[in-house]
Amino acid sequence: MTKSISQEEALKAYREMLLIRRFEERAAQLYGMGLIAGFCHLYIGQEAVVVGIQAVLEPQDTIITAYRDHGHMLAAGMDPKGVMAELTGRIGGYSKGKGGSMHMFSREKNFFGGHGIVGAQVPIGTGLAFAHKYKEDGGVCITSMGDGAANQGQVYESYNMAALWKLPIVYVIENNHYGMGTSVERSSAGPNYYGRGQGWGIPGEKVDGMVYLEVKEAAKRAIAHARSGKGPFILELDTYRYRGHSMSDPAKYRSKEEVDTVKLKRDPIDYFKEYMIKTFKISEDQIKMIEDEIKAVVLEAVEFSKSSPEPDPSELYTDVLKEENIFS
Amino acid sequence: MTQFHHEIPMTDQLLSSMTVREALRDAMAEEMRRDETVFLMGEEVAEYNGAYKVSQGLLDMFGPKRVIDTPITEHAFAGLGVGAAFGGLRPIVEFMTFNFSMQAMDQIINSAAKTLYMSGGQMGCPIVFRGPNGAASRVGAQHSHCFASLYSHCPGLKVVSPYSAGDAKALLKTAIRDPNPVVFLENELLYGHTFEDVSEDPEFVLPFGKALIRRKGKDVTLTAFSIMVGKALQAADILAEQGIDAEVIDLRSLRPLDVETLVGSVMKTNRLVSIEESWPFAGIGSEIAALMMEHAFDYLDAPVLRVTGADVPMPYAANLEHLALPQVETIIEAAKAVCYQSTP
Repeated sequence: MTKSISQEEALKAYREMLLIRRFEERAAQLYGMGLIAGFCHLYIGQEAVVVGIQAVLEPQDTIITAYRDHGHMLAAGMDPKGVMAELTGRIGGYSKGKGGSMHMFSREKNFFGGHGIVGAQVPIGTGLAFAHKYKEDGGVCITSMGDGAANQGQVYESYNMAALWKLPIVYVIENNHYGMGTSVERSSAGPNYYGRGQGWGIPGEKVDGMVYLEVKEAAKRAIAHARSGKGPFILELDTYRYRGHSMSDPAKYRSKEEVDTVKLKRDPIDYFKEYMIKTFKISEDQIKMIEDEIKAVVLEAVEFSKSSPEPDPSELYTDVLKEENIFS
Repeated sequence: MTQFHHEIPMTDQLLSSMTVREALRDAMAEEMRRDETVFLMGEEVAEYNGAYKVSQGLLDMFGPKRVIDTPITEHAFAGLGVGAAFGGLRPIVEFMTFNFSMQAMDQIINSAAKTLYMSGGQMGCPIVFRGPNGAASRVGAQHSHCFASLYSHCPGLKVVSPYSAGDAKALLKTAIRDPNPVVFLENELLYGHTFEDVSEDPEFVLPFGKALIRRKGKDVTLTAFSIMVGKALQAADILAEQGIDAEVIDLRSLRPLDVETLVGSVMKTNRLVSIEESWPFAGIGSEIAALMMEHAFDYLDAPVLRVTGADVPMPYAANLEHLALPQVETIIEAAKAVCYQSTP
């Protein structure tokens, strides 16, 4: 691999990927302790995808995904404290504890959720792209989905409208090879998701989603296409999730060997660490310092998520409807 | 033209005579002129000028950027509208008929209605889903569905269903300005009806949650919305000849529902008959009956009766369709029953 990024950028990407990894590991712990409940879908293994894409976004761009969303939020720059406190269902969470793991949003960071129905985020993301075009703000919407969602009908309805109206959108398919417990081979006839826009003239590309630099370069091409007014782009990223679909999934549909092989040979963080050490001669001490720093950030988030109070009972009935006097 | 009863809305402006269809169009045109983020999308809304000609002329007025023909893909264009609303626009999404909104129900309920709450108040979804609702004429089971109770069931949605042209215009304008998702249920058979109650004042809007007493009476309260208001008024005229003075309340908005006006009326009449064309089970009438139990129990001299559509998918045969829908006679019968006067 060529040295195509600065040391500063490399360190930043490393920090961001490591933050997601350590954050998710702690979330799993808190889940085990009963502090987090319900559905909790971890992003471990897929870190290079969101960090690589985020590296090339402009401030006006928007992001939307489904429920495996903690990584997207952290990559978008949302506060780990607010994310963790949402997982524990506390008032300090991004949704005041009313959303949970699957439903967080940040207007400030242009992160639009956090959606629980597989594939439903895709038309919504297409609508965000529609708004970019309508407002002529130069923004592009990054709409993420998994290989499971990529078979939903509304995805294809969205492709059609996005191509028809040349909407500035990149459909990111995070192919982690399993839609819950069903492998791509068992769910998808012709599993080249990146090529499924062909009928509408939507270009697509598939790259290794475990390699930060490859993701970033591909995202750059995809986003440039969308931003230039040429319409949507489908970017498929070959990635892998180490944990089960959610916390309740023991992942018996795949072998331990399969998982271990990916961990050993394709881990996005280990891979990038080696690359950094080789390319920039980063010392072990420096790596250790970053690790300590990230650990501290995550521990602070954990502490906050435990100490932030539960929402006041009066919050039960707030935020159902927006109150606004339109008769003045 | 049938002469409909109505109260004159609170405005100094002159009232005009127009059809419901024209009133809805004018509401959209005025709001699109007022706010550049308002746009209309749906099947056949632009070049065809609307399947029922409700959007007649809007494409010429506002151009293809703001009046947009969609493919026949309700699920995703409803979702696209939700995303556009999240992105700062104010979409009006037309369903050619609300029957087709069933394809899009996940986006309407899970995405539009729930996201404000799920985001702890951050998001908000200012969108209007509108189109004809309920039975038209001889179009069979899949094209005759009334969605009033189904959508009214969901917190996070507002549901409105006007009767007259003036209400249609003023309430649609309110719906477009509302910061929440609004389900706006029109009626195909009413589109061509002319009413003389339309305000030309572009700032005249009506609040949601305010019912309108379209006929004052002291013996029995008849509640209805949309096309059933007309039938209730006809029934009231006939009842008057038979010595029963019925009060007819046009609900206008189903969620929020004007419970106060209903209770006030029942305190006076001590009897209530609810009329709707949808099915009886868990319907708007069931809700009204429960609310009257809770809020007006001591004032009721008879059980609340529900006049509803028959509990069957809508049949096609003319005679069966007639039997499946509430008719003036069935309303009269129910009103007499709660007044303990049997039909001879």
